[in-house]
Amino acid sequence: MITISNVKKLFDTKSGTINAVDNVTLDIQEGEIFGIIGYSGAGKSTLIRMLNGLESPSSGTINVNGRMISSSKGRELRQARQKISMIFQHFNLLWSRTVRENISFPLEIAGVNKKDREAKVEELIKVVGLEGRGDAYPSQLSGGQKQRVGIARALSNDPQVLLCDEATSALDPQTTDSILELLVDINKGLGLTIVLITHEMHVIRKICHRVAVMENGKVVELGEVLDVFKNPQEPITKRFVQQVTEPEETRETIEHLVEEYQDGKVVKLSFVGESAEQPLITNLIRSFDVQVNILQGKISQTQNGAYGTLFVHLHGLPAEVDKAVAFLEEATVGVEVITHD
Amino acid sequence: MIEQFFPNVNWETMWDATYETIYMTIIAVAITAILGIMLGLLLFLTSKGNMWENRVVYVITSALVNIFRSIPFIILIVLLIPFTRFLLDTIRGANAALPALVIGAAPFYARMVEIALREIDKGVIEAARSMGASVNTIIFKVLLAESKPALVSGITVTAIALVGYTAMAGVIGAGGLGNLAFLDGFQRSRDDVVLAATIIILIIVFIIQFIGDFFTNRLDKR
Repeated sequence: MITISNVKKLFDTKSGTINAVDNVTLDIQEGEIFGIIGYSGAGKSTLIRMLNGLESPSSGTINVNGRMISSSKGRELRQARQKISMIFQHFNLLWSRTVRENISFPLEIAGVNKKDREAKVEELIKVVGLEGRGDAYPSQLSGGQKQRVGIARALSNDPQVLLCDEATSALDPQTTDSILELLVDINKGLGLTIVLITHEMHVIRKICHRVAVMENGKVVELGEVLDVFKNPQEPITKRFVQQVTEPEETRETIEHLVEEYQDGKVVKLSFVGESAEQPLITNLIRSFDVQVNILQGKISQTQNGAYGTLFVHLHGLPAEVDKAVAFLEEATVGVEVITHD
Repeated sequence: MIEQFFPNVNWETMWDATYETIYMTIIAVAITAILGIMLGLLLFLTSKGNMWENRVVYVITSALVNIFRSIPFIILIVLLIPFTRFLLDTIRGANAALPALVIGAAPFYARMVEIALREIDKGVIEAARSMGASVNTIIFKVLLAESKPALVSGITVTAIALVGYTAMAGVIGAGGLGNLAFLDGFQRSRDDVVLAATIIILIIVFIIQFIGDFFTNRLDKR
């Protein structure tokens, strides 16, 4: 659906040339929700803006649904853009237009007649759940409602691809979740390919199928969301995964517990997919003469399955504890024995 | 009663002069608005980081705007006498004042248009581009639509300045209230004529301000 090959983007500034995007190659499948995560300045924003030609690459090619975006210009590019919609962090609605008129805007650009525009707008207002707000101006809406207008506007020309530029970063957590759910519904209902950029792992966890991690203009890690959660390779990826699985206070608490329970072992178990649903602890207690003290646990749902972590303290004879750990390692779970530093 | 306060005022000439002032103002405002918006758009679009970015065009336009904005109006009128004569074959009457009025006011308004356009959120322009909008669509449906309140309040200020300019234009025999107040009032020491003309000019200014404010508020949905 989207093929990004060897794309580079250089910016000339007073303090020298900046390599915003450095030799990125990605393949995004039709119907998938693809996330790009990175801190600000990682180049993700530049990358997504090249997908609809708002920026053009310094070298390399970008092909979206059979169209060579990187070499398109003028009318050809404008027509391609009608099928590659974008939503924005700050919504970017026209304040001089009502909700209806905002949603209708891309249809006006595409030259759709008035009657068809009106029918389409009514349909979209229902899709995004803004019934009764059609004649409101953006200034009368909440942030979440504004983004719903942004989404409806983006859907008006029946696009094949939806680009989300930090679409939930200006929203509170609850509103973020409702917007993310809407995006998943749209992805499933319309089979729309969604590419989103974010700095929040929560967003990736919640809706993405695959994720690319960007740092200094490069894609440093790429894979299924669940695999990345289970087995992050790069330090930056580990930090992002920790955003979701272990809040900072957990780390501190666990370290404190390790200090406190000098005998036995504190073990971190990671569960992925089906293994999250096995009665593992029951089996552990029945098979071995150890006491299990559950310290902390958390389970998160991703688009490809559940992912969970559990911190337990195993207490008993050292030999028995070792056997218990061996048992855990044999089961399909990640095991990490936490020791005193 | 009115006769008592204004013994020397010939009301018929006063109304004729009022009509001339209003005529000059309305025509000049209309042409200034069109010309100013065109110039302002050119300044905005050719400035750095915008759709028609072009340093040469921007610098030349900007310099011309600055020059004509800086020349005191009374001098501009005199400078433009040959131009006016070439254009209209006369330098007398209300129409003869129009070239000077427009050339004096359009650059002034163009700057206000440019500022108004700069105030538009860049993200909105980008959003329109991402939808596949052409430059024409962006000009009419985004730039002008989103800056409407500022464009209207700008033309209000310009219109009021133009009322003042029409008074000065009396010097080249353009007629109007300024001309009347100067020739009939000041030079013949008839203070009541000056006063009456001033009051009428004030009323015109207040009406313009009122209309301008009304539309600015009506258009502003922010």
